[in-house]
Amino acid sequence: MKSWIENIDKPIKYALGFIVLVLIVGNIYTLINLGTMPFFSPNYLLQQLQVASFLGLIATGMMVVILLGHIDLSVPWTLTCAAMTATAVGGDGAMLAGLTAGLIIGLINGIGVAFLRVPSMIFTLGVNTVVQGLMIVHTGGYAPQTASTPIMNFLATGYIAGIPTALFVWAAIGGLIIFMLNRTPMGRYLYAMGNREVAAYLSGVNTRLILIAAFVICSLCAAMAGILLAGYSAKAYQGMGDLYLLPAIAAVVIGGTNILGGKGTLAGTVVGAILIVLLQSVLSVMQMPEAGRQIIYGSVIIGMLLVYGRAEKKES
Amino acid sequence: MSNFKIWMASNWRLFLAIGIFCLIYGTYSFLHPAGGSSRLFVQNSNESFVLISVAMAQTLPVLTGGLDLSVGSVMTMINALASNVVNGSPTEVFLGIILCLCSAALAGFINGCIIVYGRLQPIIVTLATGAVFMGIALFLRPTPGGEVDGDLSFAATFDLNEIFFTYGWPLPEWFENSLGLIPTPVVLIVIVVLVIWVPFKNSVTGRGCYAVGSAEGAAYMSGLNVDRSRLAAYTLAGLFAGIGGLYLALQTGSGNADIPQAGAYTLNSIAAVVIGGTSLYGGIGGVVGSIFGAMSLRAISFNFRVFDADGPLGFISDPLLQPLFEGSILLIAVSAGAARVFSIKNRLNLFGS
Amino acid sequence: MVEQVAHKRADDSDLILQLEGISKRYGGVKALSQVDFSCKKGSIHAILGENGAGKSTLIKIISGVVQPTEGTLKVAGQVQQFASPTQASEYGVVCIFQELSLIPDLSVADNICITDPPRNRFGLIDKAEQIRVATDLLARVNCADVNPRELVKNLPLSRRQMVEIAKALGRKPKLLILDEATSALSAADVEKVYEILRGLREEGLTMLYISHRMHEIEELADRLSVFRNGEHIETFDKGARSNDEIIEMMIGREYSSVFPPKPTHDDKLLTVLEVENLSWDGRLNNVSLTLGEGEIIGLGGLDGQGQHEILLALFGVLRGYEGKIKLHGKEVAMGSPKQAKSDGSIALIPEDRKTEGLMLPMSIQDNISIATLDQLTKGLIIDKSAEAAKIAEMIEKMSIKIGNVDDAVATLSGGNQQKVVIAKWLMTGAKIVLLDDPTRGIDVGTKQELYQLFRDLADSGHSIILYSTDYDELIGCCDRVSIFYQGEIIRELTGDEINETNIVAASLNMEISGQQAGTMP
Repeated sequence: MKSWIENIDKPIKYALGFIVLVLIVGNIYTLINLGTMPFFSPNYLLQQLQVASFLGLIATGMMVVILLGHIDLSVPWTLTCAAMTATAVGGDGAMLAGLTAGLIIGLINGIGVAFLRVPSMIFTLGVNTVVQGLMIVHTGGYAPQTASTPIMNFLATGYIAGIPTALFVWAAIGGLIIFMLNRTPMGRYLYAMGNREVAAYLSGVNTRLILIAAFVICSLCAAMAGILLAGYSAKAYQGMGDLYLLPAIAAVVIGGTNILGGKGTLAGTVVGAILIVLLQSVLSVMQMPEAGRQIIYGSVIIGMLLVYGRAEKKES
Repeated sequence: MSNFKIWMASNWRLFLAIGIFCLIYGTYSFLHPAGGSSRLFVQNSNESFVLISVAMAQTLPVLTGGLDLSVGSVMTMINALASNVVNGSPTEVFLGIILCLCSAALAGFINGCIIVYGRLQPIIVTLATGAVFMGIALFLRPTPGGEVDGDLSFAATFDLNEIFFTYGWPLPEWFENSLGLIPTPVVLIVIVVLVIWVPFKNSVTGRGCYAVGSAEGAAYMSGLNVDRSRLAAYTLAGLFAGIGGLYLALQTGSGNADIPQAGAYTLNSIAAVVIGGTSLYGGIGGVVGSIFGAMSLRAISFNFRVFDADGPLGFISDPLLQPLFEGSILLIAVSAGAARVFSIKNRLNLFGS
Repeated sequence: MVEQVAHKRADDSDLILQLEGISKRYGGVKALSQVDFSCKKGSIHAILGENGAGKSTLIKIISGVVQPTEGTLKVAGQVQQFASPTQASEYGVVCIFQELSLIPDLSVADNICITDPPRNRFGLIDKAEQIRVATDLLARVNCADVNPRELVKNLPLSRRQMVEIAKALGRKPKLLILDEATSALSAADVEKVYEILRGLREEGLTMLYISHRMHEIEELADRLSVFRNGEHIETFDKGARSNDEIIEMMIGREYSSVFPPKPTHDDKLLTVLEVENLSWDGRLNNVSLTLGEGEIIGLGGLDGQGQHEILLALFGVLRGYEGKIKLHGKEVAMGSPKQAKSDGSIALIPEDRKTEGLMLPMSIQDNISIATLDQLTKGLIIDKSAEAAKIAEMIEKMSIKIGNVDDAVATLSGGNQQKVVIAKWLMTGAKIVLLDDPTRGIDVGTKQELYQLFRDLADSGHSIILYSTDYDELIGCCDRVSIFYQGEIIRELTGDEINETNIVAASLNMEISGQQAGTMP
């Protein structure tokens, strides 16, 4: 029998270790400078998890697409579009409207990649720009409602039994994705196509359908994150998604998902998202200027990948 | 097949890019009241230079089958560096420029080393180093500002005559109304292409970049130094991006570590490379195509400025609609490139290797 | 310097290449053991052996792609250790590998001069000189019609092979190794290559020629060496051994026992599949065939005459075919593998199992069940216990040798990998099995198991179409054989007609008398 520690994926192990390291370093810093150790308080950690749930949701969707060996660069404006649509519609239908916007963008992405076979990187980039254009027209032409609805506020900032509601949303969606990846044919097809799309196609898999479904899932996750973010800041605004694209990809990759597809777990992505949020938070508490934060942030990604993300050396 | 036919067949992507540019820019020149004037050329080439550099930078990694998501950050970093060092006495200015270009190449070289020796995916490496370079940019230039040599700014961002005026050199009369009207940025691009790209493309290492992108296994089997070609590609990418950053500093007279702007340049560089006829799968294309791709992208946005706001097509000039038009045209362009998909008869060929 | 060495040693020995006690291990697997082998100057030396006999490891060692675990290698009498193919070529050892080493997006001239292009005084590639060099070399391989400026990807496969030879000659080899160099060529082109090779022999070049086609060896080679299971069995002059003896040396046992006996069918087999006048993209022309229940029909002919395409068409991969495909008498428009699987109970064992048949990094069980998941799903969920049970049943039935079903399928041997692909399809309950060269790269023992399996399947009511590049397989396995030539079926052989003479003659589109050649491509 292997011990349970050996059963954890190597990337997750390293990422968890690094999370602990970040917390310890942060505490040592505050202990010296302020005489307190805020980073071990449950409140602080819960608050960080709440913030991580926005990034975590986006990363969850992104991972599904990356598992196929594709990427979705339209996430920033998908998120913004969903938030803006939700706040503009308002009322009871707000969230449904936001998710519908996400669904439509996901369908367009999926169809472009599956039927036109345009590289996803370039197609989703184009879609991102188009959605951005639409949103600028939307907010510029007249003054739409941008305030979030009470239910959005509650989902983003409320608490149930002392635990942030956003965390429940993340857990629920994450649970669905784990179920999908592990227990349904769709999950198996995702991994298969990420490894060898042709082999999956020749095994009678409807590869186009899977591609479209993956992009729809990614857009829906981003849309949900946008709705929560609008609730979190009580409004939707332009550029609200710009800061989430690269951290989401980083979270997925740090969590051990192969950027070329075919390999990865959601647990890794969750740990990756938490790591990035904690790192950003501790650095800002340490009053690290933005410059230092960017440098550390980039170095951590490269460092972690150099430790466990290297490709096999070629047989020479 | 005749040599000419082969030449046409091997370069049709480039010709298409040139055609697209001529069409878009031609429309603009036709509609613009000052269309075809030297002043307008200067203005347009100024507005295009940085994107052109970044697109040139992106071309090389893409040729090798990779991607560089840090070109915007390198550009911004060098922009911030230039706002610190490109001023003072002429010697200091000169050394400052050298320092900028060397730093840019070094940044690219570091990318290359991590990718080649760390055996990591280019996308994710440059994503991370992009953050690092951005951090350095913020460190060098925490708030917009700084100082750039004014004379050099004038000399570099107008026409050739301006160089003579700026430095008080005697200007030959025959020159003033002919060659002197050529915008300096255009000359700079031509120099960069002739001095860096053309020799590189015809070197063993440069051809190795095409070979690696086209068939890495075959390139290795043929005894090519695959690692060296990759390293060179990323180093040159850094250098080209740095040239863009340096120019941006000259153009604005200052430095600005603007994160969203860096991101936008990176993403637009990919679009420009694709419109310029370089395959995202590697092995096909070149820097010259990317230059026309970048200019086409820019020319699209120029066009929106010239439609008569009161005319029947006036809505086109609505500034609110411009991002939408730009995005739609980009999307249509990449989708049109996909038309060949429908002529593929063996569905297995739909899947890349 | 190299030149001098060669001259000095020429007197000592007429051997250009000597291997002494060469062994090579990959991990725990022994690919070559204690091989002693030598090669005479100015000869064409053929190396024969089944797949997995160690031929490719041997040439990789000689050409510096891999290094031997033990033993010494001498070139022209000098002990050498080649660290890379480039280093080997500096000493005159140049190899043309089976997978082409040409770069599709570069021009012919670029490719020919890729390793060491002529340079001008600035150190840059001299394009004009490069064209001249390429033109000369192309003329030497009788390919003066190929424009050196053309991109390699625009050339037909046969021309690319010639370019590959020209490229190798450009490196001024003393020992040229050709690994399955003619496997992609049409008969006329094969003949051209032979002419060139004979010409090169006249010029004093030594050649090592690796092939599994007996017919080629007979025409070309001066000496032959047989390898089996990583060992050098015997080296002899042409004509010293009969074909049967050679084949027995290659497979290590008597030949006739390889194939299971064929049953005698009554004339009225139930027709399960009919193809009527199928044409596609100029590469299939009016192909018609019928497949009966329990029947194995073979597709023969030279490589690339449309056999591969007809299988793809039946499996729904080809778009826009003309003609009819009928299943049990009903016409079906085949649009996708999914449709072929669910509507037609058709299975395709693809040509390239590593890229088209398997997801190599994924587990054995994931690979086996991927085509059957829709049948194993209850509601939305995969029934994991039913899945495990079915997989275990298939592994048992196919006697796949595995450690653990969770292991990556990449860890299995070629033969067991192929069994996984077949198991995947049998699990779907497929009734019509299309086999696209299924025994390529598989050891003899597994081959024999597969032949037995094909016959067992047929006996239990499956129908099989077998495309093979190996004539013996067609002869040993098939009830009927259709020979393809330029996208058409030019001859159908049944019963005793299925023999080597007939297959070879029909493949080359010659009359059976063998006198008259048809129109060559």
